[in-house]
Amino acid sequence: MYAPHTRADIEAMLGAIGVSSLEELLRVPDAIAFARSLDVPAALPETDLSLAISEYAARNRAATDYVSFLGAGAYRHYCPPVVMALAMRGEFLTAYTPYQPEVSQGYLQAIYEWQTYICLLTGLDVANASVYDGATALAEAAIMAVNATGRRAILVSSAVHPNYREVLRTYARGLDLDVDELPIATDGTTDLGTLEARLADKRYAAVALQSPNFFGCIDVPPAKARVAFESTGTVPIAVIAEALSLAALKPPAEWGAQIAVGEAQSFGNPLNFGGPYVGFIACTSEHVRRIPGRLVGRTLDNAGNVAYVLTLQAREQHIRREKATSNICTNQAHCALVATIYLAALGETGLRRAAALNLERANRMAERVSAIAGFSRVFAAPVFNEVVIRVPAGTSTERVLAALRDRRILGGLEIGCWYPELGDCLLMTATETTTDAEIDALVAALGEIAGGLDLVRIPERRGGR
Amino acid sequence: MSDVPSIFESGRPGRANAYFSNGHSLEEFLPKTVIRDELPLPENSELDVVRHFTRLAQRTFSIDSGFYPLGSCTMKYNPRINEAMAALPGFRDLHPFAPTDLCQGALAATYELQRLLSSIFGMAEFSLNPAAGAHAELAALLIAKAYFRDRGENRARTTVIVPDTAHGTNPASAAMVGYKVVSLKSDERGRVGVDVLKAALGPDTAVCMMTNPNTLGLFEDHILEIAAAVHAAGGLMYYDGANANALMGNTRPGDMGFDLMHLNLHKTFSIPHGGGGAGAGPIGVAEPFVKYLPTPIATRDERGTYRLDFDRPKSIGQMRSFWSNFAHVVRALTYIYANGAEGLKRISELAVLNANYLRVHVKEFLETPYDEPCRHEFVASAQKLKRETGVRALDIAKALLDRGYHAPTIYFPLLVPESLMIEPTETESKETLDGFIVALREIVETAKTDPEAITSAPVRTVVGRVDETRAARQPDLRWRPASG
Repeated sequence: MYAPHTRADIEAMLGAIGVSSLEELLRVPDAIAFARSLDVPAALPETDLSLAISEYAARNRAATDYVSFLGAGAYRHYCPPVVMALAMRGEFLTAYTPYQPEVSQGYLQAIYEWQTYICLLTGLDVANASVYDGATALAEAAIMAVNATGRRAILVSSAVHPNYREVLRTYARGLDLDVDELPIATDGTTDLGTLEARLADKRYAAVALQSPNFFGCIDVPPAKARVAFESTGTVPIAVIAEALSLAALKPPAEWGAQIAVGEAQSFGNPLNFGGPYVGFIACTSEHVRRIPGRLVGRTLDNAGNVAYVLTLQAREQHIRREKATSNICTNQAHCALVATIYLAALGETGLRRAAALNLERANRMAERVSAIAGFSRVFAAPVFNEVVIRVPAGTSTERVLAALRDRRILGGLEIGCWYPELGDCLLMTATETTTDAEIDALVAALGEIAGGLDLVRIPERRGGR
Repeated sequence: MSDVPSIFESGRPGRANAYFSNGHSLEEFLPKTVIRDELPLPENSELDVVRHFTRLAQRTFSIDSGFYPLGSCTMKYNPRINEAMAALPGFRDLHPFAPTDLCQGALAATYELQRLLSSIFGMAEFSLNPAAGAHAELAALLIAKAYFRDRGENRARTTVIVPDTAHGTNPASAAMVGYKVVSLKSDERGRVGVDVLKAALGPDTAVCMMTNPNTLGLFEDHILEIAAAVHAAGGLMYYDGANANALMGNTRPGDMGFDLMHLNLHKTFSIPHGGGGAGAGPIGVAEPFVKYLPTPIATRDERGTYRLDFDRPKSIGQMRSFWSNFAHVVRALTYIYANGAEGLKRISELAVLNANYLRVHVKEFLETPYDEPCRHEFVASAQKLKRETGVRALDIAKALLDRGYHAPTIYFPLLVPESLMIEPTETESKETLDGFIVALREIVETAKTDPEAITSAPVRTVVGRVDETRAARQPDLRWRPASG
């Protein structure tokens, strides 16, 4: 209990109010009064509390005792300690949405800087103060495109993260929107062969493409796709599930994306078993009044000083109610702050180096793993920090992962539940935190697994799909 | 006071911090055509980064800085043990795709919080998937839609009923599911009138969204009749849990007849608001709606093994990238364990005590349109003061900033003119409340003798009143070099 009331305080306050007891103050009709004790364990002093919660943490050995090659939309990266030291200051941690700008200039400026970083990274004009995560950012972007075009269908690449597509469908069911998918080409990128034909009848509000896509492949549409988007008035949406890739890759605005959405967990935010993370939405200035959530603007105070404030609030739920661009109220301000401090600390050089290390680690891992008999890279397209690896025909992903686990290695993610044709494949991720020793251990373990198989009788490999 | 230069104006190219080795170029691994040409991000020494964000922190009001009576936001103390627990490596470094048997602790914590919330609020089951209160509202309305589709009533049931005291997210969420919004006018007691409600109900009613206590801080004492009327019309009752800090251990939404509800873990359960998020918005439902909950749900089998259950054919689906705002699950669980059954009940009692203590003093110098005991918050009005002196609720808010207090929520709820919505929470002491009363009284008295002293506030903050019109008319939403 964190309430400071002494018995004397309570007596005095009840007296001032003119009631005799707390019970009198909280009386509700008998039929709904909760007369029992709550089914909650008795209060723990902090010494015991800390032990009780630590016991839960201790049973998550994946976090502490294993080398991990897991990624797929959630990435382990190095975060300089200075980032959390600043972000965890009480002023940042315990503020709320800056409704009173005169006492919130610091946080407002930090969010303005976040918006600027996202604009610089994506090449777009405007970015909002954040949304829940990458998947909800995609869903909100789809709604922006629906509102911009009046069309009620979305075309999304099958190489977009499966969870993002699921969330898009969840939102689409609410608004009775159709969601259709584009297939995957043999090199691991989106097959855009039918794009022009599919866009021709102007049924789609938007086309959503992810790069690097779910398979880790750089997946950017060619120039002629841009012509098709423009001639049909379809809104191209770029999805970036690994924000660090923006440090290396051409900004999505360059291929014509009008909206770029994604996940910025990689910028300093811990894995946290999936959340909280931080979604971003950036767009061209033509879409600014359709962007959901908070926007911070720079303006002046009554004496002409530079000042920051929440702006364009006529888009928002607390003003517009059912006519708002979205129902979003809370965003992910603190996660966005972490990302902003991370970006400020790394700067251009730090970010480029981190990106180069991700490329180097992942390519090194992919090369060495695919050199083991029976293991092969499935897709030829260049990757950023993850790669799809097919396991030998005489075994299964399940058996490979189990054998790796015996050696304290989490060898990647099975993707067959989303892509049945890739049921014998693993999505394996390496970042700047992956050491040579970890790759050596992985390769040695996979070599032993391969050595135990009779690889002579392996039939000819199937193609990419 | 001078402004803080933007991070983009400081630093010098080449001032890199040595976080990473420099041995590789992008060109080794990528075709030139996909590599970006420039990455124009500023380079600051770590010390300059520390000073920049320290200055920004110092220019930010927070619960840690002072009293923050922002109505409907429940700005209570955020215990630091919560932060220490959430930062344990076993939680912080846990990947969402970790194998089930190697993350049993996280799954057990998720299951335990689902169970505790169900019991505290009288629901059959909770899903911790939604990321915030508004997100859970969306989930609940998707559940309503799926439920009515299964009953073949989806085409008929097109409207959502929302009282005029409701939070703005309620109608906005309804619109995201394609529902038409019917707004209910509150009665003279500041509550939903059963007759007014009955007149609005019909075969088109899908959901009635309410919060109890409502945003006037008043308990909807006819809630059972309201629920019965909505149910008789075939509609569902939705509980907006933004005000749940008022009723733990006292009454439960499940017992009031609500079918669907959400909680804002960042309000009632002491999770830091972080400048506007991340929050967390668990959704709870009564038994007939469990099958529709967003995935995943943590389950426990006879052998005591925990799993995330995605195989729920009737589920509305997943609402966000991963499973929950898990760090907040840890914080909320820590908070519940710290307080225990008696503590949670006491929290609500003392939150109500603090609000009433403020109310009886504030009504000595400001109107309180609904003059009766409130729950966790109450609404005062500066309408009379404005008529007499020209000083508005906004001016009072700004004058409070000068006196070291955060302002209450102003101009909400909409039905009270010049409203000040005040929620002290249970973690404030009598001395703090007394200090606030003195400051507010002084502002009102000054308004009567020297209104300009109030309408010119704030004068002690780092900037004066901010030109919001200019911000909206000439949007400047990102830093650009002065030449550009």
